[in-house]
Amino acid sequence: MNTKTERLVVIGAGMASGRLLEHLTEEARGAFDITLFNAEPRGNYNRIMLSPVLSGDSTWEEIVIHDDAWYAERGITCRFGEHVIAIDRKRKVAVGQKGEVPYDRLVIATGAAPFILPIAGNDMPGVLTYRDLDDTNAMIAAAGKGGSAVVIGGGLLGLEAAAGLKARGMDVTVVHLMGHLMERQLDEAAGYLLEKDLEARGIRVLTRAATKAIIGKGHVEAVILEDGRILPADLVVMATGIRPETRLAVDAGLEVERGIVVDARMITSDPAILALGECVEFEGHLFGLVAPLYEQARVAADTLMGRESRYVVREVATRLKVTGVDLFSAGDFAEGEGREDIVYRDPGRGIYKRLVVEDDRLIGVVMYGDTADGNWFFDLIRDRTPIDEMRDNLIFGPAAAEGGAAADPLSAVAALPPEAEICGCNGVCKGKIVAAIEGGAHDLAAVRAATRASASCGSCSGLVEQLLELTLGDAFEAPAAEPICGCTDLTHEEVRRLIRATPLKSQEAVWQELGWKTRNGCHICRPAINYYLLAEWPLEYRDDPRSRFVNERRHANIQKDGTFSVVPRMWGGLTTPAELRAIADVAERYDIPAVKVTGGQRIDLLGVRAEDLPRVWADLNAAGLVSGHAYSKGLRTVKTCVGSDWCRFGTQDSTGLGVRLEKVLWGAWTPHKVKLGVSGCPRNCAEATCKDVGIVCVESGYQIGVGGAAGMEVKATELLAQVATEDEVVEIVTAFIQLYRENARYLHRPYKWLETVGLDWVKARVVDDPDERRRLVERFEISQSVYRKDPWAEQVAAHADEFAPLAEIRMEAAE
Amino acid sequence: MSWFDIGPVEALPMRGARRVRTPKGCIAVFRTAEDEVFATAARCPHKGGPLDEGIVHGRKVTCPLHSWVFDLATGEALGEEGRVATYPARIEKGRVLIDLSQLVMRGTA
Repeated sequence: MNTKTERLVVIGAGMASGRLLEHLTEEARGAFDITLFNAEPRGNYNRIMLSPVLSGDSTWEEIVIHDDAWYAERGITCRFGEHVIAIDRKRKVAVGQKGEVPYDRLVIATGAAPFILPIAGNDMPGVLTYRDLDDTNAMIAAAGKGGSAVVIGGGLLGLEAAAGLKARGMDVTVVHLMGHLMERQLDEAAGYLLEKDLEARGIRVLTRAATKAIIGKGHVEAVILEDGRILPADLVVMATGIRPETRLAVDAGLEVERGIVVDARMITSDPAILALGECVEFEGHLFGLVAPLYEQARVAADTLMGRESRYVVREVATRLKVTGVDLFSAGDFAEGEGREDIVYRDPGRGIYKRLVVEDDRLIGVVMYGDTADGNWFFDLIRDRTPIDEMRDNLIFGPAAAEGGAAADPLSAVAALPPEAEICGCNGVCKGKIVAAIEGGAHDLAAVRAATRASASCGSCSGLVEQLLELTLGDAFEAPAAEPICGCTDLTHEEVRRLIRATPLKSQEAVWQELGWKTRNGCHICRPAINYYLLAEWPLEYRDDPRSRFVNERRHANIQKDGTFSVVPRMWGGLTTPAELRAIADVAERYDIPAVKVTGGQRIDLLGVRAEDLPRVWADLNAAGLVSGHAYSKGLRTVKTCVGSDWCRFGTQDSTGLGVRLEKVLWGAWTPHKVKLGVSGCPRNCAEATCKDVGIVCVESGYQIGVGGAAGMEVKATELLAQVATEDEVVEIVTAFIQLYRENARYLHRPYKWLETVGLDWVKARVVDDPDERRRLVERFEISQSVYRKDPWAEQVAAHADEFAPLAEIRMEAAE
Repeated sequence: MSWFDIGPVEALPMRGARRVRTPKGCIAVFRTAEDEVFATAARCPHKGGPLDEGIVHGRKVTCPLHSWVFDLATGEALGEEGRVATYPARIEKGRVLIDLSQLVMRGTA
């Protein structure tokens, strides 16, 4: 019938060649006499969906793409379960295990093979790879016996295997060579969130862990790491990457680099032979995700049908198929010259989004926790859409960026779907909040009571207020004064005034006299009351550790794994060889896993066990080092540049002034943390102009700026005063800090406080009125007579035994 | 019942807690302002925060990580779906005793 029927042999029935066959049989039916070889004893199935099969969320039947009927209907001769041993290019035949098949044109689609680590024991029973249905079934069978599984490789496949095995009830450990998971698809921040999420699901993750050997007697028993750790294992899954399957092509003498080299028409070095999919290399690229494979199938089909078509490498996007883990990445997100990041973080909700912008175009995106807008960003990358117009709201997604009045936050909130989460701490969605408002909750406190939205960290209070405004319209009035918390109807300012005027000198007095509704407050009001009392009555009221958050009670910063970080004070950022030696000795002596230089010019020792803290402090104290208060709502650091001592531009001794200020201010509790900077000239190397208090030295003296910020908000300092001498600087800064201590609301940084009282009000007291300034300094000094001392030494002396568990119980005793 | 003596009551700070280690995980033992003692699992069911490091107010504790509040007597999270395991605890002759038979049974079941 068709005289021009061409004999086409396809080696490999994976997803790429499957798509190719679809194109050919739909668009040129009868033009090809097709023979399809497949080493696996089955046809084309959706390999990407093996993970849901492994976890039990899906079945084999559901992931078959082409069944026997499909092939039969299209007249494709299937030789499944049969390996092709050789390609004889001279005679144009493919040599199968069961006989030769002649071809006019041949397609190699042999895919990729798992990379097997060259280590002892890699072929032992119980060691599997994760590539095809047989591997998946073997894993399901092994998981049925329970026990422990070790997955080597924390990439896409490895993590999906880990999650699947966990879902089937195994104890799973992932061993990953690199510093963070999925390093090819994710940046460090998203990798960290992923690790945290997996660990919360009970999957242990070991990064920077190299596998040395697999051991066992007749069956795998354990994995040994390079650092000597031994991980018991009943099953080991190697997911350390894939390598293009090129053996046939190499034997046939085709050009092969890492993969089979093809041109843009998918033709190999032999014009009668095409190749596509994971086995090919094009312009130096290898391929592992399905999107480019499908594009190659389109091009290969066109080439075979005599149409002009060229393959171009395009950006690919990655999603991880682990139930409940939301992760999306696309494009290029390496840092580089001329590239800018737009980052959104909401640690409470585990959300992280990072956009990489270059030349006014989006070139990369990494999203974790909320990937709803992933495809929209991906389109912007692929289409190279200019983003200048929508840059301000870009990270909030299409609704905010394209929704007309781009800068209006209300429209962004209005565009959110009812299921959008507003309060991450308590998992409250927009629909629930709107329903509560419609049900009569007409202010923030009522919404909190009804839904708990914004009742924890409070960072979504603004969003909730916007929802109130949207739902109630003009009927909504922003509340003038908010009570501290549900324990009282009084505001911070009222409580403070009453503590001063009544006077109230103990927590018990506050609860009783002011009619607290709870026995002894809550985690919101008690730290505030504790601060107000100690700031007002430094000699009469004792700071109450039980009303402080964990970091301030433990004098160290708690980390996600329950260990702590320790930062010794380095006055003005100056240190000595002896101090550095002492820090190094401590780090080694207590196996402290990480040592980092902080943004405030100090050294951070991370990963200290709680029970080691007293000994770490004692050793640091012995070398003259004291607490750096990196954990406190108090003076953190005074950052300095080297100033006139060393710098050819330095106008004053900025280092000396920084040290002097730090020695005056350290140890004082303040409403929130306080950071200082002293720069020796207007080049501002100490970045003083974004600090709570920043001094910039000039030829004629010192400019004192206040109210800077470089956290969630970024603000430059405003000039409080310019003075001629160091003594004046110290006096004005001290008076400013005391005024802040006496007047700011708890948890307000100086810039927040200045927004409420105004800079002029502050100037009138600490600059224009020398008597008032002196009184402020005197009151500060009275308070410092109590608090200017090292809390570490105090803890070591009086409370060292409280850092270890109170008791250790062995169960045998109970039975 | 299997009561364990974990130490003198003064070892527990008022409106505070101490941690007790067991092979089945850590237990937080609390002492309120009214001198009552309570014992719960030390791990917050939300994101694993150490409850023994939380602020104790009334008969409640607030997790230091995300401010979930638990009733120490029932283990119920207030306003959240979730609870933390509780264990009987009492003071006898100035010693704090906790009963871990629930924990033992859970582990061996």
